[in-house]
Amino acid sequence: MATPTATVPSAGPLVGSRSFLAKLREGDEIARLITFLFAASVVLLTVLLVYELWIGSSLPRHKFGFNFFRTSVWDPIFDQFGALPFIYGTVVTAAVALILAVPLGIGAAIFLAELAPARLSDTLEFFIDLLAAVPSVIYGLLGVFVVVPLMRSYIQPALKSTLGFLPLFQGPAYGVGFLTAGMVLAIMVIPYIISVSREVLLSVPRDQREAALSLGATRWESTWKVVVPFARAGIFGSIFLALARALGETIAVAMVIGNQPIIKASLFSSGYSIAAVIANELTEATSNLHYQSLIELGLVLFLLTFILNGLARILIVATSQKGSAVGNA
Amino acid sequence: MKRISAGLAVALGLAGLLWADSPLSINGAGATFPNPIYSKWFDEYHKKFSTIQINYQSQGSGAGIKQVTEGTVDFGASDGPMNEEQLKAYQDKHGSGILHFPTVLGAVVPTYNIPSVSAELNFTPEALAGIFLGKITKWNDPAIADVNKGVTLPAEDIVVVHRADGSGTTYCWTDYLSKVSEEWKTKVGKGTSVNWPVGLGGKGNEGVTGTLKNTPDSIGYVELIYAESNKIPYGNVKNAAGVFVKASLASVTAAAAGAAKEMPDDFRVSITNAPGKAVYPISTFTWLLIPEKFTDSAKRDAIKGFLKWALADGQSYAEALSYAKLPKEVVAKEVKAINKIQ
Repeated sequence: MATPTATVPSAGPLVGSRSFLAKLREGDEIARLITFLFAASVVLLTVLLVYELWIGSSLPRHKFGFNFFRTSVWDPIFDQFGALPFIYGTVVTAAVALILAVPLGIGAAIFLAELAPARLSDTLEFFIDLLAAVPSVIYGLLGVFVVVPLMRSYIQPALKSTLGFLPLFQGPAYGVGFLTAGMVLAIMVIPYIISVSREVLLSVPRDQREAALSLGATRWESTWKVVVPFARAGIFGSIFLALARALGETIAVAMVIGNQPIIKASLFSSGYSIAAVIANELTEATSNLHYQSLIELGLVLFLLTFILNGLARILIVATSQKGSAVGNA
Repeated sequence: MKRISAGLAVALGLAGLLWADSPLSINGAGATFPNPIYSKWFDEYHKKFSTIQINYQSQGSGAGIKQVTEGTVDFGASDGPMNEEQLKAYQDKHGSGILHFPTVLGAVVPTYNIPSVSAELNFTPEALAGIFLGKITKWNDPAIADVNKGVTLPAEDIVVVHRADGSGTTYCWTDYLSKVSEEWKTKVGKGTSVNWPVGLGGKGNEGVTGTLKNTPDSIGYVELIYAESNKIPYGNVKNAAGVFVKASLASVTAAAAGAAKEMPDDFRVSITNAPGKAVYPISTFTWLLIPEKFTDSAKRDAIKGFLKWALADGQSYAEALSYAKLPKEVVAKEVKAINKIQ
């Protein structure tokens, strides 16, 4: 953020006060050390996690090598394990979720931050925070009892009759599948996008808006052409958060995706995600190879999150040459 | 999350061991299917002998086998017998063997949702294998229609629903299909999770029934206990003697009695497709996995005492909880086997 918010640990004022109160220097050193240790523990935890997953998956890594990523047979009986359908399912459901959630979430955030009266905005924000705190199994139940029947009886037939010429919307519609999982994920991540984006939009300095208005811009023009671009980095930050949640969501996805390790272009088709298969099969994985292949899937999910986050960051840097910096994203 | 909670459970268990020096604490882990009756048994047994406290973590058969092999629990429990590889792993680690003790019986039933049909359907083994292999795709296929005279089956596509999570229920179902269909045996095989040729996966019994309810013209399978307690209609299955039998506690116990004659000494036997006219063919034992050698003689005696009780008085709790009792022949054989524990 361009605004000097509290999240940026700026060294400026501290240096001044330090020479001012020399006694506090020792305290500063201790505080620095302690907070450094706290920060370092995050890195340590990440390294430990990767190390554990790496060691825990040595059998399938040696047996399958890169074929683990290329093959799509998942057969615990005949000891054949390929991760491709799970990677595909994870990426497709997250993509569907973001395509649905980003415009909706950002639109709602713009309304709440810029256009709605403050009372209404604060009241709605309360409900949005509440939604963000709902456990995912509840969203899974919502998916099973509401979204799935709705999809099967109304949405999928409608999509088939209007957009059925696209391979995305063909084939039998059972209600469960990529589209339904993506939709449930969208419902789950929208509160994150709204909540973070609204905060970011609210923190855009008032003079930016006033400057735009004084130049003759309408209210919408000042919002869309000045405020939103100014807050772009923060909005992208909210999308990262949404992406991370969508990639890692387990139980709600397992309840509505159909749990079938197949790769089909149709969004109506059932599929499988990495997190869902781990949750489903880990407790009853009797052979070592099966167990360790599930651990390796965990490693894959970690890498996938890492890569997609990296790509998204590159995208932002590439698109935001001017104006806002990548701040607290 | 599972791992964390498992770790927490182990930590709590250890803490419990340190503190509770007066009652003897024995820890077990494994199958979820027999958890209701095991909890009842351990509770009743504790009431009878307050010095013995048996704790059971129902984490799944796979976890039970893994933990007892690693030695983190005193005994395990599983819905499927340990295979040769797992037995060898145990032997290598402990220098002695592990014993299987059947405790109660369960069954798996085919259940379906065909809006236009309310009658109870009959299924032949060939039809079930064909449907789950994806070869029989319409409800009015002769393989189904010929044994359901008088029922008008729709010309709709069959939607197959199976368990997505690893499960003893799936083990029993696929074990049966492997016995009745050569093609199933070579293409899919038996196990707690398999590579399904067709079908949607539901998580847990409730996931399967939920998907069935949402999906017209679908077929799936659930545990008998689950079907009974949730009033889910289920079909009859043709047994090895050629009779269509509905699953019930009596027909499941009959399956064990049918298999009792050829019961191997280690009790590692599948009783699916057992011979006998009254037998329900998709039945299974569930086993306790007890180490052959105990270093702690107090624990050994407590476990032996518990097993004797479970095989005698304990069996009377089974039917109230919808489990089928062990037949007398099997009990007699097991009582002898208890002496193998040293």
